[in-house]
Amino acid sequence: MSASWPWLTLALLGAYHGVNPGMGWLFAVALGLQEQSGRAVLRALLPIAIGHAAAIGLTVGLLAAGRASVPLDALAWITTALLVGFGLFKLIRPRHPRWVGMRVGAKDLVLWSFLMATAHGAGLMLLPVFLLGEDNPAPCHGASCHQAAGLSLNSVWSYLAAISLHTLAMLGTAALVAMVVYYKVGLSVLRRAWFDLDRIWALALILAGILGLVLRAS
Amino acid sequence: MPFRVDPTFYPSPRMAIEAPPERIAYVTAPSAEAVLGKKGAVPDALAVVDLDPGSPTYSQIIALPEVPNLGDELHHSGWNACSASLCPYAPHPHVERRYLLLPGLRSSRIYVFDTKPDPRNPKLVHTVEASEIAARSGYSRPHTLHCGPDGIYVCTLGAPNGEGPGGIFVMDCETFEVRGRWELDRGSQFLHYDFWWHLGYDTLISSEWGTPNMIEAGVNPELLLGKKYGHKLHIWDLRKRRHLQELDLGDEHQMALELRPAHNPTKAYGFVNSVVSVKDLSSSIWLWYRDGERFALRKVIEIPAEPASEADLPPLLKGFKAVPPLVTDINLSLDDRFLYVACWGTGELRQYDVSDPHQPKHTGVVQLGGIVRRAGHPRSGGPLTGAPQMVEVSRDGRRVYFTGALYTTWDDQFYPDGVKGWMVKVHANPQGGLALDPDFYVDFGPRRAHQVRLEGGDASSDSFCYP
Repeated sequence: MSASWPWLTLALLGAYHGVNPGMGWLFAVALGLQEQSGRAVLRALLPIAIGHAAAIGLTVGLLAAGRASVPLDALAWITTALLVGFGLFKLIRPRHPRWVGMRVGAKDLVLWSFLMATAHGAGLMLLPVFLLGEDNPAPCHGASCHQAAGLSLNSVWSYLAAISLHTLAMLGTAALVAMVVYYKVGLSVLRRAWFDLDRIWALALILAGILGLVLRAS
Repeated sequence: MPFRVDPTFYPSPRMAIEAPPERIAYVTAPSAEAVLGKKGAVPDALAVVDLDPGSPTYSQIIALPEVPNLGDELHHSGWNACSASLCPYAPHPHVERRYLLLPGLRSSRIYVFDTKPDPRNPKLVHTVEASEIAARSGYSRPHTLHCGPDGIYVCTLGAPNGEGPGGIFVMDCETFEVRGRWELDRGSQFLHYDFWWHLGYDTLISSEWGTPNMIEAGVNPELLLGKKYGHKLHIWDLRKRRHLQELDLGDEHQMALELRPAHNPTKAYGFVNSVVSVKDLSSSIWLWYRDGERFALRKVIEIPAEPASEADLPPLLKGFKAVPPLVTDINLSLDDRFLYVACWGTGELRQYDVSDPHQPKHTGVVQLGGIVRRAGHPRSGGPLTGAPQMVEVSRDGRRVYFTGALYTTWDDQFYPDGVKGWMVKVHANPQGGLALDPDFYVDFGPRRAHQVRLEGGDASSDSFCYP
């Protein structure tokens, strides 16, 4: 397996989170429409990305704390149990977001995005990558070689780099979708193309949990 | 559970206008005899009316499921979920417009009807008891409900003992669990009638009628002439659930009822009707609008009383020698262009072009029933009692439906011969102008007819987060 796979996976999951209307692009489009300004769409996305990164950071931080006190094997099982359990819970009893409010500033958007990402288990979904990516000694080639950490996820700096990469992928994808919807296709796309992403999302959580275990064993 | 967004949810009012024409209506059909304790009492019912001109049962009641109690006084109704579920900050992709909730204005029960699998034959599947509403919210006499972004908002007229304050509680849109009282700080608000919102501005508006004790036995002339019924609007922060401002119509303008905010969420204005002025018996329509960070209010339409001979008037009005217009309902088309005004006293449905909300233009009228006029319908077989009351407008704005009864005890004061239950249809010209449909007339038999809800949504069922 290529040593860059955890990074690629984190970026792809970032794109996946970015596509989900519940993670923020739809809110950004709505705020742009309310103000009749495409720039307002982009302006809203930055705080949304910060809130997303904070939610991921919190979960990953908990993982790091767990690593210090729980054996790695047990931690892998706990992570899987959490992911499968949370996914099943979301499948069986879809919850309703309780936020009400369109008149939001940047601080509100950071908080909103943090709450939405946390409630959806966005950080949880990434945990197997962080667990599996830990011992990933990179074949280090010249300029692409990261100084100390290589491509392994085993230091604070590598964690921060991983969260940033994921968030940038999420932000880029959300911005792309928001711009296309705002300027090109319009909101009627919601009626045609808005599947119940929450259920796909729940399945993704379960899949992430199981893959985490299977790949660890192999 | 559907995998796609409910096809009756539209992000914007502009898109909802393109919706296919409605084929059925759900109309609350209360039995007056049950409320008044008279002979012939039957349970209230939900009338399903066929609106499809190509159907053999067009203009007929095709199903009439009854509720299991007597004297609930079914009145308004509303959906568990609607286009507000698409709001960006709380997207609910898995909910569907499926359950129709019918509050009993006297019993305080809320009946939940399931309109699937067979929309033509809805089934009663759940009842929220008055005791649950009282225990969880302290409120009683549920009146109007709106499907909001995060649940069902229900407004009430008062407390279980019939006094105030009236207010709003919130219910879960799938389990129908009463989540509790909505207001965190009600400020000066005490009386309640209707509420709605400007979702784009996080603003909720509420209006005032009277406490249950002020209205249940009928309109009280002493309270009315003493200017004790409601005459204010209240502006609330929808997000913080706090009272922000009150707007006073002036106490001679009694009973500020239906609130019709612009459907376009980027616009922050709307219309409210005052039923009667104690000065001259006129009715009036008022416009609220944003003025800086605050809201302002001004009268934009006044409809005068019509002179009448004492012999033609009910006891309540004899001394005045005039019939008041009694505007008791208004409705705004989804394009925010036409305002419909029901004159329940004089027997008129009026249409105003409100493209410029500050300068309404009177563009059409249909006359039917009325305290003095009693104008008949081609299919009613003679004069009609009751008059245009609850008005509903199709999503495309081409068809307007209305019924003729207000509220049992009030019906009998203004129409002492009793009000028949009926529903009619009017064609609205997109350029302005109204024409009564001579073929559409629904007779409700032993029951009266109140609010009309149209299949898939109508001009007062949905709210939108996108322009």
